[in-house]
Amino acid sequence: MLFAKHQTGLVFFPAFDWAISPTHPEREERLLYTQDQIMEEGILDIDGIHELKAEVVEIADVQRVHFCVPDPWKVMTESHFISAGGAKTTGKAVMNRSIERGFALVRPPGHHAMRVVHGGRGFCNVNNEAIMIEYLRRTYGIRRVAVIDTDCHHGDGTQDIYWHDRDTLFISIHQDGRTLYPGSGMADEAGGPNAYGTTLNIPLPPYTSQEGFIHVIQEAVLPILEEFKPELVVNSAGQDNHFTDPLTNMNFCAQGYARMTSLLKPDIAVLEGGYSIEGALPYVNVGIILALAGIDFRYVCEPDYNPDSLRQTKEITADVKIACQRALKTWKNREAMREKLIGNKKVDERRCNIFYDTDGIYENQFESLQLCADCSGALKIDSRADTGAHVLAVHIPTNACPRCIDIANQWYESANLKKFDAIYLQDRPEDAYRIRKK
Amino acid sequence: MIIGLDVGGTHTDVVLLSQDGLENRSKVLTDTGDLFSTIVTAIERITENVDPRQIHHTVLSTTLTTNAIVEGKLSPAGMIVTSGPGLHPDNFSTGDHYHPVSGAMDHSGREIQAVDENQVRQAAEKMRTDGIEHVGVVGKFSTRNPEHEMKISRLIEPEFAKVFPGHRTSGNFSFPRRIATTYLNAAIYPIHKQFFEAVRDSLTEKGITAPIYILKADGGTMDFNTSIDFPGQSILSGPAASVMGSVAFAEDPAETIVLDIGGTTTDMAVLINRVPVLVPHGIEINQFKTHIRALHTRSVGLGGDSAVRIQNGELVIGPDRKGPAMAYGGSDPTPTDALFVLGRVDGGDAKNARKGIQQIADQMGASAEEAARQIFDRTCRLILEQADEMVRAINSKPVYTVREALEGHQIKPGHLLVLGGPAPHFEEHFRSISDYNVSRVPQWDVANAIGTALSRTTCEVTLFVDTYRCRAIAPEEDFSESVNPRITAAEARAMAHELLMKKALREGAETDDLETDVLEELEFNMIRNFQLIGRNIRIKMQVRPGLKHDLQEIARMIHNG
Repeated sequence: MLFAKHQTGLVFFPAFDWAISPTHPEREERLLYTQDQIMEEGILDIDGIHELKAEVVEIADVQRVHFCVPDPWKVMTESHFISAGGAKTTGKAVMNRSIERGFALVRPPGHHAMRVVHGGRGFCNVNNEAIMIEYLRRTYGIRRVAVIDTDCHHGDGTQDIYWHDRDTLFISIHQDGRTLYPGSGMADEAGGPNAYGTTLNIPLPPYTSQEGFIHVIQEAVLPILEEFKPELVVNSAGQDNHFTDPLTNMNFCAQGYARMTSLLKPDIAVLEGGYSIEGALPYVNVGIILALAGIDFRYVCEPDYNPDSLRQTKEITADVKIACQRALKTWKNREAMREKLIGNKKVDERRCNIFYDTDGIYENQFESLQLCADCSGALKIDSRADTGAHVLAVHIPTNACPRCIDIANQWYESANLKKFDAIYLQDRPEDAYRIRKK
Repeated sequence: MIIGLDVGGTHTDVVLLSQDGLENRSKVLTDTGDLFSTIVTAIERITENVDPRQIHHTVLSTTLTTNAIVEGKLSPAGMIVTSGPGLHPDNFSTGDHYHPVSGAMDHSGREIQAVDENQVRQAAEKMRTDGIEHVGVVGKFSTRNPEHEMKISRLIEPEFAKVFPGHRTSGNFSFPRRIATTYLNAAIYPIHKQFFEAVRDSLTEKGITAPIYILKADGGTMDFNTSIDFPGQSILSGPAASVMGSVAFAEDPAETIVLDIGGTTTDMAVLINRVPVLVPHGIEINQFKTHIRALHTRSVGLGGDSAVRIQNGELVIGPDRKGPAMAYGGSDPTPTDALFVLGRVDGGDAKNARKGIQQIADQMGASAEEAARQIFDRTCRLILEQADEMVRAINSKPVYTVREALEGHQIKPGHLLVLGGPAPHFEEHFRSISDYNVSRVPQWDVANAIGTALSRTTCEVTLFVDTYRCRAIAPEEDFSESVNPRITAAEARAMAHELLMKKALREGAETDDLETDVLEELEFNMIRNFQLIGRNIRIKMQVRPGLKHDLQEIARMIHNG
């Protein structure tokens, strides 16, 4: 008799009536064949696999993570509320122990959505994983969370949100940014001074195949996770490393995804990208579900799967090794680097230019971070977009020390409203979101 | 006149209906070892002094196939399955005579791997040697392309008494359910055929030559011939009989919970505007999860004869039944005995009932009356809790579109309709402990037989249109036709409607009973390389379960007494 070794919850929300535009890769049809495959395999009937109904996420859940300009309703469609809600439902079920592991098969995706949101980037408007994680932190009091992003594109949104958070380990494994959107995710991007080393990037050369991905998991990700000791492991489970994906250049396969999942053992997986809707997604998703549930996945494969034609070259193998070694080195040296980066400085500043490719918006950010030995540090972002919007976003991190709380409140109260359309305060310790407007 | 007959675990109820309403009713004890005699006796009784030529039709709801499955008395049946990649087909083995062979289709019905005819021949030979006569043939994704199933069927048909292709059973996805459904059809076919042919012959001898219909689990009927080809649809028709007997008395528009309170169990269902709610996938019975359409019913071990005991200081009712109430010679106290103590029923051994309740009362440190009050109250409350649980289960069904997620209708029944033997006693107490508007089905103790008699023929059709390949298929109907790539969803719906009409009429429906619903309608643009190459349209339609149009007047007469 077929049964799941691990009680596994699935939230399936294919948003069959929502698309970015009629011929866009992120369209109604995207999860249709995946649904057909999951239903035809009878996966939802397996003892120990439970289908959960996605809830609708609340505004407070969004504002705990994002500064939406001008407000969440303007940058989110209904589908975003349900997609993020699906991740939240999955996370709650895991924390309530009604399931051991969960997979939110939802669309639209979210890992390119950053802390400040003026519009859509890389088909993402709000960050499903971050919304879920911050809800779980708030509700269940967990602290240490690891996010392993295995989408082919760099998870720049999640990286941005957790850049200064030393309680969140973010590891992104992706096709080298020099060859693919969004272009970031280089090995030297490792987090802000207060949280250096809890952001790690492992860029892989094009045409990396199963061997390379499994190497990264076994040699870099698992040892780092072992040391970080997260209370929760989240997998941003993009499926566009597949050899048939039309937007990318990798050689990964359904067997590989299943194997990777069984090694990673995430508590929660959240679907991200993946646009080979007929040739990859049906098989990869079935593989991931079976692996999560601890069911034999050896016979899952694509119709045109030929492992010999997908083998990676020696050069790729060597490059993958180097990428892993760099990440391990960054991880090992993180404390020393934090000291060095902080030095005698009180404030760290950086400028960022952000392009919202989906909505065609340019944004300039000027960010100031309070350097702090005791917490992730008070943060303020002066954000100006070519839509004309100009806002100031002040963030108090969850673990903020009293000094940083005072500083952030002072920033919020004393900012000159003549200069900005709106001033936002995201107060995590108080779980409050405040707005000053003209 | 119409005969409605429902075989229950203890009693078999039979009614004779005419344009004037309920003509006659009868109850005979069910002899589970000889259902044939039970049915023949019941029909003899109800047709006494009736001219057999006046019988317009007979509808039967029996436990024959259900019992065969529950008691593991299935006939040996062979299976040939084509699976391809995915979960290993051995996971879905139906036991001996199960033969996976090479051959695979993908999710869009494209052949991945051809059928290995040699393996098919070998499997057929083995099954012949094993004495198998009935064989199911099932392929993964055969609802998207039944070619492989048809090919295998053609190859082996000359060698077996009957071959059952899986795609004919349902248009739904789920290869394991298709295997289970097809296997059950093959494995109960001989039992069902032999039994009902005997019943038909026996009725013919008595001069009753009118058509015979069989009740299905979805509350609809099918004609005799359809039941021979798809006997699986007769499984678990019992709960459907009672629900259909209640339909005419539910409020409309409103949401109603139906409670059929029996001796051992209470069966529950939900009606929305007098239409019963169906399960999303199909019947689950023993280890079998099937595609067989069924009403969403919930059966809980709480009834008039449930065993009552004190366990760890707590009053526990059911879920087991140790025998009849002590008032009727049983050994253990029951809620029925509590009713005796409370003076709500008589006609049995009230003294013995009190003796039983007194045992419970002693353990509770209360008077017999107080114990009886608590037993009865607790039974009623537990039943209502289970009803709430069923409503919650229906409401937590996942939805796949933004529109449904945001506007998703949550049912919130306000009306409680009770039937079954002890119904009158429960009715009043339900009213006092809940906010439901509570009412009782007229003729509550034979409402199941009335429901059986009044139900219309139902069926379902699923149509897939792929405009890129210019093809429309309805696997259940063995329908495949080329279509104009410009076909609209409305035209596809009309096509599905026509197929549904044909199927319904073939299976015994009459033209004025074809009230239909679109259960599912999805249309997707198929985009390849940023180009629109076609559309994928999926339509599922049903003949809605309900009462036969010309019989609604009869239901009204029964209502008015």
